[in-house]
Amino acid sequence: MSNTVTTTPALDTSKTLAAEPRGRTGAARLLLGRDAVMIYALLAFVLYGMIAIPRFASPVTVGFLLLDVIPVLLIALPMTLIIITGEIDLSVASIAGLTSALMGVLWAAGLDIGTVLAISLLAGVAAGAFNGFLVAVVGLPSLAVTIGTLALFRGLALVVIGDNAVANFPPELTAFFTSKLGGTGIPTVMIGVVLVALFFGVLLHFTPFGRGLYALGFSKEAATFVGIKVARAKFWLYVGSGSVSALAGIYWTLRYSSARSDNASGLELTVIAAVLLGGVSIFGGKGSIPGVIAGVLLIGTINFALRLGRVSDVVLIIVTGTLLIASVVAPSVFEAIKRWQHNRRLRRSLPQVPASGETNATAPGVQERK
Amino acid sequence: MEFISNRARKGRGARRVSVLAAAATAFALVATGCATGSTGDSTDGAAADGDLSITFIPKQLNNPYTDVVLGGGKDGAKQAGFASTQVVGPLEASASSQVSFINAETQAGTNVIVIAANDPDAVGPALQEARDAGAKIVAFDSDTNPKYRDVFISQVVAKDVALIQTKLISEQIGGKGEIAILSATANATNQNEWIKFMEEELASNPDYKDIKLVAKVYGDDDDTKSFQEAQGLLQAYPNLKGIISPTTVGIAATARYLSTSDYKGKVMLTGLGLPNEMRPFVKDGTVTAFALWDPAQLGYVAAYAGKALVDGDITGKEGDTFTAGDMGERTVGKDGIVIVGPPTTFDKNNIDEYDF
Repeated sequence: MSNTVTTTPALDTSKTLAAEPRGRTGAARLLLGRDAVMIYALLAFVLYGMIAIPRFASPVTVGFLLLDVIPVLLIALPMTLIIITGEIDLSVASIAGLTSALMGVLWAAGLDIGTVLAISLLAGVAAGAFNGFLVAVVGLPSLAVTIGTLALFRGLALVVIGDNAVANFPPELTAFFTSKLGGTGIPTVMIGVVLVALFFGVLLHFTPFGRGLYALGFSKEAATFVGIKVARAKFWLYVGSGSVSALAGIYWTLRYSSARSDNASGLELTVIAAVLLGGVSIFGGKGSIPGVIAGVLLIGTINFALRLGRVSDVVLIIVTGTLLIASVVAPSVFEAIKRWQHNRRLRRSLPQVPASGETNATAPGVQERK
Repeated sequence: MEFISNRARKGRGARRVSVLAAAATAFALVATGCATGSTGDSTDGAAADGDLSITFIPKQLNNPYTDVVLGGGKDGAKQAGFASTQVVGPLEASASSQVSFINAETQAGTNVIVIAANDPDAVGPALQEARDAGAKIVAFDSDTNPKYRDVFISQVVAKDVALIQTKLISEQIGGKGEIAILSATANATNQNEWIKFMEEELASNPDYKDIKLVAKVYGDDDDTKSFQEAQGLLQAYPNLKGIISPTTVGIAATARYLSTSDYKGKVMLTGLGLPNEMRPFVKDGTVTAFALWDPAQLGYVAAYAGKALVDGDITGKEGDTFTAGDMGERTVGKDGIVIVGPPTTFDKNNIDEYDF
């Protein structure tokens, strides 16, 4: 080591300074965390909309908005878990499309509606299991697998129903899917969506399986060593994703009362955008269900408000894109600021270094930084 | 160390609380919406008093054909006396993408919604809700299921559109050989109807007995996709003599491909195109003749039909008549269909007379 260290001493992260807390705790964590920030952003925007946008503050808004976001909200839940493990599922929208096509054909063939729904849901489970098999058992990269199945399932949907559309679903059923809970404006199907959200929320945050997913996202090897069944966990995640995508497909079909092959096309990107905006790291290991729900609702609310204000869809996709980039960049910026503050604190708390030379005595082994 | 682990435990506990609190807050959106419900409704009534509003929802925005239709629509709406004219719509012509726009219009209390449906049924429930809220629905260009709208403004009789295209292709390929159709989306109501009539005509008319329809492909009204589909067609069917593209995007993309390939002048192309877009291809010999109507008239009549519905002059039943400004009187036909006019054939002799 040279004796010419005149610049800042480097960080020694192995020691904790007494004056500096390690991360936020207690109320600060609750109120300043990533999830909370998303929820503040959502509430702030809703408040802004109620004050500034004519006709926004009405139960009609709640109904239309939620009906619009339900497919994204549903699929975002399993997607959160999958992205936390460091994988991805791009085939979700195609599974929803395939389910929709299948529903149309089976219903047109005269099957009982209960049977139609059951078979469609099973098709989603099977599609998810196929993804899961290729990713977890065969060990192929999920990006490649699901890009493949994205095309495959959409293709199958076209094979199943062709260029037809089936629209004559039972009116009671389609009416149910757009019905509201009393005068509140909340769609009745939200009850089901809340149950699915609770299921995935509890699964991720309160079970050993869910906690294991974070470990898996950080390091697959480490997760294996601490006894997490990596392949099994991934397989079931894809099955879950397939099943929920099928639910979204069923909802889509009955809400729009139209079964066709191009239903929900392009939805996977909306879902992934919302999940990332909700604070899930694309590299895995980070994220939460409440944050994602807030992310989905934020994008949905902004879209709805802009539409209500008759702002062109071109602006709309620009806004969504910008938000997404901001949400990815912002944490890095905060990180940089925190590091800078940390360095400054470190510098202050260390014994004053003489202006030149002779630092070896106070900081042995410190590497030179240029 | 113990101090630190204590803190970490506390942090985890707090996190659990945060999860629950956050989930509760996420749904607070719903609650806030309910609490302030009454304010929104009071403003809606004002629109109905004098200043009438009309909103056009095309199949998709940024489509050259649609822009011409909407141009005519805006003129018509202004002359008919609407105070506010809006155009909203999706960027992609997909089945359900129009629904949220209809919902927004319902909420805005718009008096007349003029729509070109991407799917006849997917927009149905939303339109029904708009009607329940007092809006009049005029379908134009591409019809919805008749039970969801008041009138449908059709540029031409669907069968005429199909027949003029089969006639043009037959003349151009000399009455025999393989032909293909390059359409818009696989579910487009109007295109599918024309294709159905074309198929029937090819099968039943003895003049066309030597013409064989070998393929139907879909360019999704997307320029690149249509271009690639055209390319694919010519590779897959080396004996192809002609292509019918009953969509303005498809015919322009196909013409562009043909004009730069060896097939120029050998494979015939006809269909429905915009004169301004097709002019260079007609002049350079890629395209001999194609057909279309004046799309601006479609929007124009739709706007007047909307006004007549709001004023109560017509209800959409057969035999109702209304005056469509400069276009004169129109009669509502069977199933609430209003016909605007016959299609025009464009070739190198007359194309310079049109500017749209």
